[in-house]
Amino acid sequence: MSVLVVTEQQGGKWHRMSFEAVAAGQEAAAALDCPLRLAVVGSGIAGLASEAASKRASEVVTLDHPALAGYSADAYAEGLRQTVRQLDPSLVLFPHTYQVRDLAPKLAASLGKVFVSDTVGMRFEEGRPVFVRQLFQGKLHGDVAVEDAPPYFASVQSGAYRADSVSEGDAAAPIRALELSLDQGNARTRAEAPYQDAKDAVDLGSADIIVSVGRGIQDPGNIPQAAKLAKALGGELAASRPICDNGWLPLDRQIGSSGQTVAPSLYLALGISGAIQHVVGMKGAKTIVAVNKDSGAPIFEIADYGIVADLFEVVPALITAIESAE
Amino acid sequence: MNIFVCVKQVMARDSVLRLNESQTWARDDGLAFEMNEPDTFALEEALRLKERHGGQVVAVTAGPARAASTVREALAKGADRGIHVEDDRYVQADAFATARALAAAIRREPHDLILTGLQSDDAGFGQTGVVLAELLGLPHATIIMEINAAGGRLRCKRELEAGWFQTVTLPQPALLTIQSGINKVRYATLMGIKRARMKPFQRYSPDELGIEVLVQQRVRRLYQPQQAKQTEFLEGSGQEIAEQLLGKLRFEARVL
Ligand SMILES: Cc1cc2nc3c(=O)[nH]c(=O)nc-3n(C[C@H](O)[C@H](O)[C@H](O)COP(=O)(O)OP(=O)(O)OC[C@H]3O[C@@H](n4cnc5c(N)ncnc54)[C@H](O)[C@@H]3O)c2cc1C
Ligand SMILES: Nc1ncnc2c1ncn2[C@@H]1O[C@H](COP(=O)(O)O)[C@@H](O)[C@H]1O
Repeated sequence: MSVLVVTEQQGGKWHRMSFEAVAAGQEAAAALDCPLRLAVVGSGIAGLASEAASKRASEVVTLDHPALAGYSADAYAEGLRQTVRQLDPSLVLFPHTYQVRDLAPKLAASLGKVFVSDTVGMRFEEGRPVFVRQLFQGKLHGDVAVEDAPPYFASVQSGAYRADSVSEGDAAAPIRALELSLDQGNARTRAEAPYQDAKDAVDLGSADIIVSVGRGIQDPGNIPQAAKLAKALGGELAASRPICDNGWLPLDRQIGSSGQTVAPSLYLALGISGAIQHVVGMKGAKTIVAVNKDSGAPIFEIADYGIVADLFEVVPALITAIESAE
Repeated sequence: MNIFVCVKQVMARDSVLRLNESQTWARDDGLAFEMNEPDTFALEEALRLKERHGGQVVAVTAGPARAASTVREALAKGADRGIHVEDDRYVQADAFATARALAAAIRREPHDLILTGLQSDDAGFGQTGVVLAELLGLPHATIIMEINAAGGRLRCKRELEAGWFQTVTLPQPALLTIQSGINKVRYATLMGIKRARMKPFQRYSPDELGIEVLVQQRVRRLYQPQQAKQTEFLEGSGQEIAEQLLGKLRFEARVL
């Protein structure tokens, strides 16, 4: 029995969620009392491998090959298939990144296995994992079990484990380069270099107060109300993704995994449900206030102050109260 | 171009969820159902590609009998044909089991492009499309924001994290998972709804497709999530709430 954590790097830089997955892996290996291996994937990754080796683990394995220099689903899945065959792990963990969304379901399926995606917790019953996942857009959590033989494949949600809880090893873990047989240039899907559409005109990262609107705002004609509240509070206006998709606010005001990440003193969420892709962009706020008419909305799980109400009653009242206090 | 688009029927967005007896899923009765919202963007993209390149759009679903109405909705919006792999077990199936059904239905027909949404609003696996591509032996690209097809190749804009993008190219046939917001979706017209009734609609049982419904990832129990923070709920009239909140923000949280 062993646990394998597949870390992620790009151009020699760690994906920040890699060590959250390592934290999950350390917890799993401790619970199962079994070896933990950390895999580093890429080309020319000796430096990263020795960094990984400082963490408490039985071994660091490298998938170091020119065919893995840039990500492609075909080459990465083949490399990891060979890895899983060589190491025979019972549990394979990934951080739930965009790359893992592209890769892990393919890898697991090619081995005839299900992939338990985006988990927020895990425990073991007689050596078999029971994962916790969000369902129904985060309104409910579910204990999820896999009725099959190992290896079990799962990814861990951003923020579910803390990178700063990763324990360091007493001595550097041994590093082993795996023998891989990969053809270069066989990948069917080819990716070009990443780019940004437009430099963010608004840097919400430095805003101290943010009023953020979600689909609860219902109509672009209602945005000025929220803008007025932001102004009264001396803050910036931001939004969830669908608002920017609709063009009701410019893209550079989008908060979340595909937008900006902010950590203001005050984040006032108006009619935002609290999907994880939004929450990762704002959960670092010091104080979070949520106004939502659905008491079961997941945004309330992370709110300091919760208001279960119609935002169209609360927003004008807030504006009046601020103005009359001045 | 023969375009297949996978559409799932899910509970309407504002549904109040009540658990079934075994606490493993939400009860069906009294709920309204609709097309998984991310799939509406995939459908719209399929229709636009057909308008540009010709061919046909086939809407495919795996689900219980009620899911037929979601395929009809796709037909009303402009899809040419519908396929329904019908079995109640697809309500709580894992992504692999669902992909097996979709693959079995699609495999028997010529296909140049398959589109799915990114994620279902109920199970939220975020992977059925990628598993489907693997089962069909097709290349795939995920989180797609723009598609250009020419000469049997696709050139797509793929979304990355934190506002970054990249261009990906891949040969057809291929599978793409479509990011919500890629387009503005159309509504069904009255004429479209009328025409939908005449369009071919094929229903299969898993048996007829020669597949088993093998569900290996099971929800044992659903429950309310635990609070990450101790949330203080404010109550009263709009004015009372506003005054309480400003007081708390000034003197308790000290952020104003
Ligand atoms: C790969 C990927 C990346 C993504 N990136 C992002 C991202 O960067 N940022 C982002 O935000 N999302 C992102 N999303 C989308 C995310 O999953 C959610 O769909 C989105 O955040 C939902 O936005 P919302 O909360 O505004 O809308 P909904 O989920 O529709 O919520 C609207 C809320 O408003 C409430 N409401 C309605 N009317 C009222 C009223 N009158 N008063 C008070 N409350 C009301 C409802 O109860 C509901 O909770 C991403 C998704 C994927 C798959
Ligand atoms: N039962 C189903 N029938 C048809 N398509 C589905 C089904 N389940 C999932 N899909 C497709 O796969 C996408 C991702 O779903 P999921 O993997 O469940 O998050 C959805 O947006 C749909 O396009």
